[in-house]
Amino acid sequence: MKTYYNPDDLKKFGKIGEFQKEMADKFFGYYGEVFKEGALTEREKSLIALAVSHAIQCPYCIDSYSVDSLEKGCNEEEMMEAVHVAAAVRGGATLVHGVQMMNKVKEVSM
Amino acid sequence: MSIGTKSLKKQNHELSNIDKQLQVLHNGVADQNLESFSSKLKASNLFPLTTTGLDVFQINMGKMCNQVCSHCHVDAGPDRKEIMTKETLQQCLDAIKKSGINTVDLTGGAPEMNPHFRWFVEEAYKLGCKTIVRCNLTIIVANKKYFDLPEFYKENEVEIVSSLPHYSSKKTDSQRGDGVFDRSIRALKMLNEVGYGMEGSGLTLNLVYNPSGAFLPPAQAGLEKQFKRQLKKDFEIEFNSLFAITNIPISRYLDYLVASENFEGYMEKLVNAYNPIAAKGVMCRNTISVGWDGYLYDCDFNQMLELKVAVGNKDLQHVKDFNSIALLERKIIVNEHCYGCTAGAGSSCGGEIT
Repeated sequence: MKTYYNPDDLKKFGKIGEFQKEMADKFFGYYGEVFKEGALTEREKSLIALAVSHAIQCPYCIDSYSVDSLEKGCNEEEMMEAVHVAAAVRGGATLVHGVQMMNKVKEVSM
Repeated sequence: MSIGTKSLKKQNHELSNIDKQLQVLHNGVADQNLESFSSKLKASNLFPLTTTGLDVFQINMGKMCNQVCSHCHVDAGPDRKEIMTKETLQQCLDAIKKSGINTVDLTGGAPEMNPHFRWFVEEAYKLGCKTIVRCNLTIIVANKKYFDLPEFYKENEVEIVSSLPHYSSKKTDSQRGDGVFDRSIRALKMLNEVGYGMEGSGLTLNLVYNPSGAFLPPAQAGLEKQFKRQLKKDFEIEFNSLFAITNIPISRYLDYLVASENFEGYMEKLVNAYNPIAAKGVMCRNTISVGWDGYLYDCDFNQMLELKVAVGNKDLQHVKDFNSIALLERKIIVNEHCYGCTAGAGSSCGGEIT
């Protein structure tokens, strides 16, 4: 069955340089730097990446960072809490626009 | 992972057959067009893999165990009756004396279930050996005849290495069986009480982490801090070091990988994570592994795959004719499961290699 998303395509990510090498090299170099231990640990960065993966709803990223979080020593509770953080921010982003709706309603109402 | 109560052997499972395991391993690499382990070693100028010394004498005292862990590479359990005899243990002592090796590493199964375990530890102590016991912890609280094991270990200055896959009961029990975490905590407290793992006691208690699933272990140093913090906070437990060990795709762990359809992905992950620096430091280069029946192997994993040491004369494959020179000159037998020891930071019975 053909689908838009194919799990095997994730393994081909590194090959995007085939069409534009210079930018791909810069991107992967940058990517590697970002995930190195710095002011944040690799473990903390993996949980952030897991949360962002859910917020942007990228199946490749979710597969990658679910395993990566386990390989950084995270447990299921921590991972699900990270997903809830993403959900809360997304939900909050919807709800905070309710203020704009209220403003508009008040503006046009007697 | 789900826990069975019988060994693969008792179930007559197809993966209790060594040839079948080797075939599955071979296909897992070849069918995905991945490079074979020996080819990787050649590219790293490490083939054939040779010895660097004869420093650790590891004895598998038997396959009998009080647990049936889902990842066990020995396929150990209460239904396994293979136990090293006193005669073979004496041959081990003779070999240790003759070769001058002074680190003895006892594993199983649960080595403590061998009826000659205490005698052997005392004899090794008299020889001046440093003895390591790979204790599964729950054996200490399994029966009152084992309750004094912490004192016994202390008297013989044994170093304890114990598996605790996680500081949460859920993850530990999913790999090692229901209730194992709580019993392990009780045993750790008993070890702490006699001084094991406590600063200044000189009694070493190391823990082993291995992943509860089809993924690689985290970096050892960070994980050790996490374990120390959580075990201290939740249970007032202390220990010395944490060893992060990669699961090797043989026996029950291989069964788990195949049954959960993770096998191909795991092999690919191991191959892609091959690290030549880890390959250079693999433990088989300075270890000799003795099986319950006295035969010699490059490591405990080769032992479970029945790949005996490659020494010309067949007699020299048995501990009764232990010959240090022949063993030092041997070429180590490698196969696709060896990728488990060379992935990432590497893996050995002492944790990360690099």
